[in-house]
Amino acid sequence: MSARSRSVALGVAWRGLHNFFGNPSLVIPAVMFPLFFFAAFAGGLSNVANVPGFDFPEGYTTFQFVFVLIQASAFGGVFTGFAIARDFESGVGRRMLLAAPNRRALLGGYALVAAGRTVFVWALLTALGLLVGVEIAGGVAQVVGMYALAMLMTLTALLWAAGIALRFRSLQAGPLMQTPVFLIIFIAPVYVPLNLLTGWVHAAATVNPITAVLTAARDLIAGVPADVALAFGAALAMLAFFAVWALRGLRRAEAAGG
Amino acid sequence: MSARARTQVPELARRSFVRTVRQPAQVVPAITFPLFLFAINAAGLDSAAELPGFPAPDYLTFILAVPFLQAGLFAVAGLGADLARDIETGFLDRLSLTPLSRSGLVSGQMAGTIALGVVQAVVFLTIGLAAGASFDTGAAGVAVLILLEIAIVFAFGLIGITAAFRFGNGEAVQGLFPVLFIFLFLSTMALPADLIEQDWFRTVATYNPVSYLFDGVRSLFYGGWDPAALAGAFGVAAGISAVFLPLAVRALNARVVRT
Amino acid sequence: MSERERAASIEVEGLVKQFKKGPRAVDGIDLHVEPGEIYGFLGPNGAGKSTTVLMLTTLLPPTAGSARVAGWDVAREGARVRESIGAALQEAALDPFLTAREHMRLQTALHGVPKSERVRLGDELIERVGLAEAADRKVKGYSGGMKRRLDLALSLVHGPRILFLDEPTTGLDPQSRASLWEEVERLAREDGVTVFLTTQYLEEADQLANRVGIIDRGQIVAEGTPAALKAQIGEPSLEAVPAEPEQRDAMAAVLAPFASDGDCVHHERGSVGVRLRGGDAALAEVVRALDAADVAVTSLQLHAPTLDDVFLAKTGRSLEGSGDGDGDGEDLDGDRPDGAAARPAGAPA
Repeated sequence: MSARSRSVALGVAWRGLHNFFGNPSLVIPAVMFPLFFFAAFAGGLSNVANVPGFDFPEGYTTFQFVFVLIQASAFGGVFTGFAIARDFESGVGRRMLLAAPNRRALLGGYALVAAGRTVFVWALLTALGLLVGVEIAGGVAQVVGMYALAMLMTLTALLWAAGIALRFRSLQAGPLMQTPVFLIIFIAPVYVPLNLLTGWVHAAATVNPITAVLTAARDLIAGVPADVALAFGAALAMLAFFAVWALRGLRRAEAAGG
Repeated sequence: MSARARTQVPELARRSFVRTVRQPAQVVPAITFPLFLFAINAAGLDSAAELPGFPAPDYLTFILAVPFLQAGLFAVAGLGADLARDIETGFLDRLSLTPLSRSGLVSGQMAGTIALGVVQAVVFLTIGLAAGASFDTGAAGVAVLILLEIAIVFAFGLIGITAAFRFGNGEAVQGLFPVLFIFLFLSTMALPADLIEQDWFRTVATYNPVSYLFDGVRSLFYGGWDPAALAGAFGVAAGISAVFLPLAVRALNARVVRT
Repeated sequence: MSERERAASIEVEGLVKQFKKGPRAVDGIDLHVEPGEIYGFLGPNGAGKSTTVLMLTTLLPPTAGSARVAGWDVAREGARVRESIGAALQEAALDPFLTAREHMRLQTALHGVPKSERVRLGDELIERVGLAEAADRKVKGYSGGMKRRLDLALSLVHGPRILFLDEPTTGLDPQSRASLWEEVERLAREDGVTVFLTTQYLEEADQLANRVGIIDRGQIVAEGTPAALKAQIGEPSLEAVPAEPEQRDAMAAVLAPFASDGDCVHHERGSVGVRLRGGDAALAEVVRALDAADVAVTSLQLHAPTLDDVFLAKTGRSLEGSGDGDGDGEDLDGDRPDGAAARPAGAPA
């Protein structure tokens, strides 16, 4: 990456993070929703761990913590896509297209925004988790692996949302960015392990790449890694696919003059 | 109702209903989103029915109550957003210049929302039954379910009306949504109170009025007629209405200040 | 005055609107509008036009003073006033998801038009404003001009004697504007409807109004027929553009002695304007003075007096551009918390 591209990416990142942290109406929902889902799922459904066949060793709170972590990470990416749409709607995007010699650096900048806000949410969510009894049995490398999978979800979701944002260049595309991510995350072993899912959800979850990521992340926190390579493979494949999608979106935005 | 109001209110209700069904972006999620969550949760938590003491024949029947309550949330958002838009665009001024009474104005909008709520209830029930849910109380139960849905939509609709007249803009009304969402989630939505393990959650869910609404709806699906559960649900709907009706009237009078 | 005539007049005395947290949006105005007259209420954004209309249409209670519309007191006999008036308020207040015919159906029903007549009346009005072909299309797809015409038609369903039009042509293209003007003129001429029209367009007031009231900062600063108001000014105005923009001040210094009011106005386009004392005859002298001061000129124009000149003379400010684009300054906080009537008037419909 050239020095110029780096400075463009850092400029976009600074601006995006500054906007995010300077705006309570963005920060509060970004934090409150994951914490609330964690409280609602881990608190309300803990008895589900008593269902015969529920075999996650670290308990239901930890089981749900990992789900909420993955979900919050993905939505950190989606909501950064909202910011992209807002920028292109208001004309800031056009200005950035004019200013950046290498426009892919813009995407790099937004990726830094998504990563930054996600790490912030992680910190609060993890603190709350440890407070209410999330058990971390995995070693340092395994926990790092779990967060790495979560970050790959952030970046994948960002690239997906960016592809939409750059094609529509309007906040009206918000539901289009959000809904599919919401759907695919919930067609996975959200409340119980895959073996306890039944019917169509079981069939769909079995082939959903999110299932591999979520299961491996849970295994990592429990210190019993299995199929981690498969999870990273699935995550990286999604990342590559949506990178192409986002870059094509960028080209569409360029062709439309921002 | 005066003769004039008998013409005015149905026309306004018609407008409220028509404008809603002409906005697929408003109607489609109002029907599909609850159904999607229903499908996911019914399959995802199917095994929860194996917990000792689980009251319903299966989880699908248990969780089918949720869409009926979500229809109430959409009533808040839909009615609130529609009224807020009418204020923002000046359509409310147009209505205020006609010989329409304030109560007629609100009743018309409310009637349209209730009509939509009934449509939602019928769709949810039909799909739920087709998916294999039990329904123990027969045709009379269906009638009571529709009545209860009307009471729920009316109660929640009043919250939307209050917010719309109070704030006067759609975004502020949407801001209510997360608050109501919290009430929905911290209830007996996913498990009956006595199967909730965490003490804090069980306490919150037990006193959460939304839990009574769930219990009332569910009593029609399984376990046979339960007058106490139904009284609880209708009582909560009446209670919400009793609180928000005066607030809505006050907000309306502050907004429509015509002489 | 006959009963019928009384029923179509507007009489206002000392009308005041003081908002809780804002200024006196309307500061003691007196008005008298004759039956069948088109009265143009002219002023920049935030001058108090819309607030006045809201009070006269009973949508906002006055703080002080009195107003009788169609013979009824706006503060105490609101329902009677509403029966007598039609109003198309700022920006076409329509439901984007209904068709023109459905709007008519709703409006006629709300006004208590007998069921048997609703369809006929609705079709007739739609036809009259030229929307017959679009009658079954959703309003969402209408142009600004179509929306305004539908708005006008809706305000006529109950056969009002007085019509309030709040900036009816703001944001419209010249053609739509002309067709709306035509309809308003026809209403006054053929049907004897009294029209109270607010506008920030001089041309509109000049063209349509029998009489014009100019409002600024809540007060009426001039009133009369457009011709009489312009005659009061008498003198033409001179607008000069310096060849070098930096010479604008020098040019103003040269022109100042020729100004009837001793004042020069700097226009946004880089020109200097002055009300020319002595009229056309002074022009040669101006040219010589500019020459002597070594101020090169690219353009020198004489304008006959316009309503803008009237406004300028009365307020010391130019109407065009004053307050334009910065939204309506009428702070309606308090009684109408959203400022529903304080929408930016310059925004297209």
